[in-house]
Amino acid sequence: MSATTEDRSLGVPHVSGALPDGEAEIELRGVSKRFTARKRETLALTDIDLGIRKQEFVTLLGQSGCGKTTLLRILAGLTQPSAGDVTISGQPLWRGDHRDDDALRKLGLVFQDANLFPWYTVEENIGLPLLLRKADKTERQRRAHELAELVGLQGFEKALPRELSGGMRQRVAIARALSYNPEILLMDEPFGALDAITRDKMNLELQRIAEATKATVVFVTHAIAEAVFLADRVVLLSARPGRIRSITEVDAPRPRSLEVTAETGFQEKVLELRRQLTEDEERLGREGGVSE
Amino acid sequence: MSPRMSKLLPWISTVGALVLMVVIWKLVIAIFDVSPFVLPQPEDVLSGVRELVRSDDFWSDVRVTLTETLVGFGIALVLGIALGTLLGRVAWLEQASRPVIVASQVVPKVALIPLFIIWFGFGITSKIIIVALLSFFPILLNVILGVRSVDSGHRDVMRSLNAGRWQTFRRLEYPSTLPYILAGMEVGIVFAVVGAVVGEYLGGDQGLGYRIVTSLNNLEAETLFAVIFVLTLFGFLLYLAVILLKRFLIPWHASTIDSTRAST
Repeated sequence: MSATTEDRSLGVPHVSGALPDGEAEIELRGVSKRFTARKRETLALTDIDLGIRKQEFVTLLGQSGCGKTTLLRILAGLTQPSAGDVTISGQPLWRGDHRDDDALRKLGLVFQDANLFPWYTVEENIGLPLLLRKADKTERQRRAHELAELVGLQGFEKALPRELSGGMRQRVAIARALSYNPEILLMDEPFGALDAITRDKMNLELQRIAEATKATVVFVTHAIAEAVFLADRVVLLSARPGRIRSITEVDAPRPRSLEVTAETGFQEKVLELRRQLTEDEERLGREGGVSE
Repeated sequence: MSPRMSKLLPWISTVGALVLMVVIWKLVIAIFDVSPFVLPQPEDVLSGVRELVRSDDFWSDVRVTLTETLVGFGIALVLGIALGTLLGRVAWLEQASRPVIVASQVVPKVALIPLFIIWFGFGITSKIIIVALLSFFPILLNVILGVRSVDSGHRDVMRSLNAGRWQTFRRLEYPSTLPYILAGMEVGIVFAVVGAVVGEYLGGDQGLGYRIVTSLNNLEAETLFAVIFVLTLFGFLLYLAVILLKRFLIPWHASTIDSTRAST
């Protein structure tokens, strides 16, 4: 497999993110996704190769419409790829049209909206995945309490979602995703709706939580600085059709404080990613297209 | 405003409105010299109520009207939830039946009442059917809306957690739809009372609606007003029952938040 194949039609780099055999915990091979809407076909993702190591923190960066959410939904088993294979710890996620539920058990999902159930308290929301797995009440409460503490919500166990702020709701969503100790945490712009200060704080917290739970994290975002700050590797996606534009390694030591963002190495990476994103935007602009 | 004050406010305004009504009532009688056959004095109406409650057939009339209302409403509730769930889930079926639903919505259903009396007799069956018909549509439409309104993000949560069909229903679809069912019931119970009363005065020989007709025929304005008063109370208590049910079933929902909860 060649490291870089130029896209035939547009001349934009199309990078393979595949890892050497056996290194990847999550592996995507030749994944494509085609959507049909009103008789028009859209190629949301084309020929994605990407490997993610155990306990690695990978951010998927790109503009809206670049297919990053679709890619995450494919990893989560919520969307079936039109072509290609997804394997999690060596197990294929899809067998034909059938989703492998064992592979799914390793995944915890956090969405852009907290998606908490308004009829449940914080404690019950966190314990929902355990409830669905038929854990008994004391076990659920114990775990909910433990996780509330981990995400900094101790004392709010009996509150209803509407009594919480946006940041607190997102903390509950993270705790819920962690409730059954998933090995992999998939996050789709989880802090996108939060204000800048809360967002910085949540990113620091997330780093700590990822460390504490030893989870592999795949994190979708359209904020460049956030992507670089959190990641071991930043995967930049490019739109129409969605493909991997570049992969940037970030080797700043952990735990990272917000001061890291002021360092030259960090700034250079952010600038380079911004350049690539701008280039992409101009290319799409020339085609007369704006993001969908 | 203090939470205590905002809790008391509706009570104060209710008493105020009642007092105002009685004052205007008495003023109208005094100023325009209204005949007691047209508008009796408030205190006469009150004694009329006392007499009505003591009269022989009063409680059996209440029982008849209550039975018609509750049985009819119960039928509407069961059918509305069942059909609403079906139509809410099966899009093509809903599309196919939309013209029929719209058509039956615009038919002034009260105009059908004489027809039902011809078909189902002067007994309580015809009234039960009228009540059911009137309260069915608001329940049906709300249930369809409710089944449709299950949040797609919430569905994603359940799908990613690999929840089964029953679990999805029990933990997500049922609690999501409940506020809509209750909203339908809130409208439906009011229609149910209207159906029972109108049904009774168009054809029948028992019930509170029938009482209205007899007191009108005998030119007993006091009794007429007394029956109206009792019916108001009757409708109010049934409505209150639905509201209390709502508080009990969906305390988490925005429509049931009152000042005491919202302050937390």
